[in-house]
Amino acid sequence: MLSKRIIACLDVRDGRVVKGVNFEGLRSAGDPAVLAKRYNEEGIDELVILDITATLEKRQAMANTIRAVARELFIPLAVGGGIRTEADAEAAIEAGADKVSVNTAALQKPELITRLAQRYGSQAVVVAIDAKLQNDRFAVYVRSGQTETGRDAVEWAREAESRGAGEILLTSIDRDGTKAGFDCPLTAAVSRAVSIPVIASGGAGGLHDFVDVFTRGASDAALAASIFHYSETSVSSLKSYLKTHGIPVRMTSPAC
Amino acid sequence: MIALLDYKAGNLTSVRKALAAVGADVLTPDTPEDLARASAVIMPGVGHFGATSALDRRWIDAILDGVSRAKPLLGICLGLHFLFEGSEEAPEVPGLGLLSGRCVRLRPPEDAGLKVPHVGWNSLDIIRRDTIVDGIETDTQVYFTHSYVAPLTPDTVAATTHGERFAAVVQRGHVSGAQFHPEKSGEAGLQVLRNFLSQVR
Repeated sequence: MLSKRIIACLDVRDGRVVKGVNFEGLRSAGDPAVLAKRYNEEGIDELVILDITATLEKRQAMANTIRAVARELFIPLAVGGGIRTEADAEAAIEAGADKVSVNTAALQKPELITRLAQRYGSQAVVVAIDAKLQNDRFAVYVRSGQTETGRDAVEWAREAESRGAGEILLTSIDRDGTKAGFDCPLTAAVSRAVSIPVIASGGAGGLHDFVDVFTRGASDAALAASIFHYSETSVSSLKSYLKTHGIPVRMTSPAC
Repeated sequence: MIALLDYKAGNLTSVRKALAAVGADVLTPDTPEDLARASAVIMPGVGHFGATSALDRRWIDAILDGVSRAKPLLGICLGLHFLFEGSEEAPEVPGLGLLSGRCVRLRPPEDAGLKVPHVGWNSLDIIRRDTIVDGIETDTQVYFTHSYVAPLTPDTVAATTHGERFAAVVQRGHVSGAQFHPEKSGEAGLQVLRNFLSQVR
């Protein structure tokens, strides 16, 4: 049976991992390569490096950080933040990313999704959607949650799939960094509308939040950052918890 | 020297890095003639079966010539599909025909609520012992990302289930294939690559 994936996100700024609350007030959490190694040993299923300030500061994806993280890593690695052109995607992939995550640029130039899918395969193209509840619908925001787009998250996810996206990385702006639990209604609405995998993001606080998002949220994967960075929850204890609650997960032997 | 075929479908960085981690010397051949210098061939692959048509008759003859000289050949994902006679994904494009059968789209029962593409970590069910799965046990999880699958045949070494069972690992003599990505499957994936290299004389 296909396992539900646990993905650790490294929000990187100036080569350091940081994590904010509601996209603001960033605090430092360490060296990306050190964290990546630790998560890998603990049995993380996948890693995402997100250049969180790239969109605002028009920064290219950080090839050196990607290289350092990818060096000893033999699990999928996705890179996002500031991927605006095919050249940006190429730089990330050449540095060792298996997937690139596009957000703002995909909304502005949806044909970018198709071009990347044709060049690297759909499995390499993740469309990131940042959404929040607004007047009974899930509205899509860009530019780190600052700008409303007028798009509906469910409808945009469907379009992204039809244009060649291989996965949807769905972040709840309302929940991001709050530890109040994932946004299950948002996740379920999008996940049931598409046939590609949906990664739920934003709001992971306790172990049971993951059970909720895999059941009520119908997500295929769940992503978290801060609860892993500060060692509040280890990946292995989370997986043991999920297993006892009947969620299929990949169990790895504990590191000796 | 291991030849890693680059037919411009997807990126080879991850495969190259994993091969380096298990001690392989890798070359990316520019011409079919370069294959003669290799002691084994790996056909990686992501994307559409139609992309294999970038390998023209000269490339295919060079690959088949290597196989006839007992050089090990490993197909990964789409590369595994290419070992078979063809695929429903691009019916007009022939495969190498080294293994019998045709690849088809994964069609889990509609009421199962399963998504296609099949993306993520799933478990192997070892059907029979062969070199390529040395040290790999049933229930080991590996990373998949694909929509098309190879049929279960006597060449199947391990099967995986996503609504329906399909070939996850195949081997026939020195020709082998993995539907999953050994370069992205942690220690188990590296073990499969080591097993492949162990066949290289």
